[in-house]
Amino acid sequence: MSLTAEEKKTLVSFADKIRMYSLYCMARPGQGHVGGALSISEIVAYLYGREMRYNPKDPKWKDRDILIMSKGHAGPALYSALAIKGFFPESWLNTLNKGGTDLPSHCDRNHTPGIDMCTGSLGQGLSIACGVAIGARLSGSEKRVYCMIGDGETDEGQNWEAALFAPAHGLDNLIGMTDVNRLQLDGFVKDVLDLGDLEAKWRAFGWDVVRANGHDMDAISGAFESSHEKNGRPKMILFDTVKAKGMPRLENQGNCHHATLTIDEVKEIYNGEVPAWLD
Amino acid sequence: MAGLKSLLGENVEIRKVFCEKMCEIARRDGRLMYLDADLVGSSGMKPFLKEFPDRGIDVGIAEANMVGISAGLCLEGYIPFAHTFGIFASRRVFDQFFLAANYAKLNVKLVGSDPGVAATYNGGTHMPFEDVGLMRMIPGLVIVEPSDAASTAAFVDLLFEYYGSAYLRLHRKARPAVYSRDEKFEIGRSKTLADGGDVTLISLGSIMLEESLKAADILASDGIKATVIDALTVKPFDREMVIREAKKTGHIVTCENCNVVGGIAAEVASIITDEALPCRLGKIGVQDRFGQVGSLDYLIEDYELSARHIADKALEILK
Repeated sequence: MSLTAEEKKTLVSFADKIRMYSLYCMARPGQGHVGGALSISEIVAYLYGREMRYNPKDPKWKDRDILIMSKGHAGPALYSALAIKGFFPESWLNTLNKGGTDLPSHCDRNHTPGIDMCTGSLGQGLSIACGVAIGARLSGSEKRVYCMIGDGETDEGQNWEAALFAPAHGLDNLIGMTDVNRLQLDGFVKDVLDLGDLEAKWRAFGWDVVRANGHDMDAISGAFESSHEKNGRPKMILFDTVKAKGMPRLENQGNCHHATLTIDEVKEIYNGEVPAWLD
Repeated sequence: MAGLKSLLGENVEIRKVFCEKMCEIARRDGRLMYLDADLVGSSGMKPFLKEFPDRGIDVGIAEANMVGISAGLCLEGYIPFAHTFGIFASRRVFDQFFLAANYAKLNVKLVGSDPGVAATYNGGTHMPFEDVGLMRMIPGLVIVEPSDAASTAAFVDLLFEYYGSAYLRLHRKARPAVYSRDEKFEIGRSKTLADGGDVTLISLGSIMLEESLKAADILASDGIKATVIDALTVKPFDREMVIREAKKTGHIVTCENCNVVGGIAAEVASIITDEALPCRLGKIGVQDRFGQVGSLDYLIEDYELSARHIADKALEILK
């Protein structure tokens, strides 16, 4: 079902808030994995605004959908969405990377309510998602398993072990997402290790593949809607995105994976607007 | 006199007992899963996969994926035992096991088979001497190496009941029985098989237990009374036992089928120094070498793991 104008407006506004919160959250300590958090704001908004089943009052609810954020450095985008949805107080966003925090740079299931796995050592998430998908099917659960990987992360060989495994085991409750922001730490993906035709690769491995603009809410909605088919095949959505979207100085720049940033320059982007939670 | 060697009973194929125990647990508890990386033919788990086709997964030659899948299964409340050769279980998937299982505080039981020289004809590429040392570095990990079929079955039960990740160093093949099927074991507790006042042999695993018992007989013929301990758990190590034995005999020989760098020798040495115990320590084990191909007898001799080597080491520290 396509989005109504009202739904779209709500989701876009949720995405804008996630992006703003992410920026302030990282600006407060003065640095962070800016690029890969900002590139997925709309996708995360859609996941938590319309797509996934979850309960902020019961983050471990047995029948919830599971999200494995394999590109674990995108934590701040996820933390912003979780805080907005009430998994924990928004004031926690002041604590990113502080000693003793429950919001570490990379996602950690043992610290943050709503985070389903410890991720950050790239390439592992899709295998874990396969395990969840097999387990859920065995238990007769209707839950879906979502796994977000980065295009640069696709360099890791373990992804392709999982890519072989999921179709061979008919895991149609698994929805993979690739943040195709075309950049990795050392520069453009095509220059570091050219991935070639990613769409053809996933298709050749036996996945249903769709491609969508990862900043366009209608396109995101269409991609997820098409991924619900129970046809015995796992799904891979390739989201075309812009790394560091929303921060003009860093957008699509080779140095945006991890960057320094100040509260003042974020204030400038938002014409002085600051979130209520900011210390 | 029959000597301590008489404690070694008939050979029992350990993988057969492992499989029977896994099937027994699976029949009564739906949470048990078994994963393998194209070594079901070696692990002897075909009957399990036949009886529980949905709960046994052969992932193919993809150990990293296997550990990740195991972690994912834990998130859904399952208790996976994942098997591959010890070299792959340690060296190849160290990061996956470290992070996705242990750091994430999940419940993956990793089974690494063919400990040390037991890899015989697979040779140096397949001979895990470093798995014990690597695994000891993982915070909070439980590491066990049973010494016969009965202790293997018992520790499978114990690991299934224990919440947390674990490494089971598994001898697959036929080995002499040491314990009866109703013997009780505990994670973190060693077994004393012989009690003598002159020297303590602390042994790890089936091969070294056999050699240690024979070594005690050799020593007895020289009038030296040895205590023989079956360590069974590498981590948490039986610290009280070390303190007790260091005070009792003041002479300990550790006997292990892995690199002494990072092995139980290192653990025992650390306890002795931490507690400032007046105790000599001799280390029988692989002296920082790579593996190689050969028969079990050849390898035991070449790496100086035999009863004769143990007895000589005991005499050396007793001087």
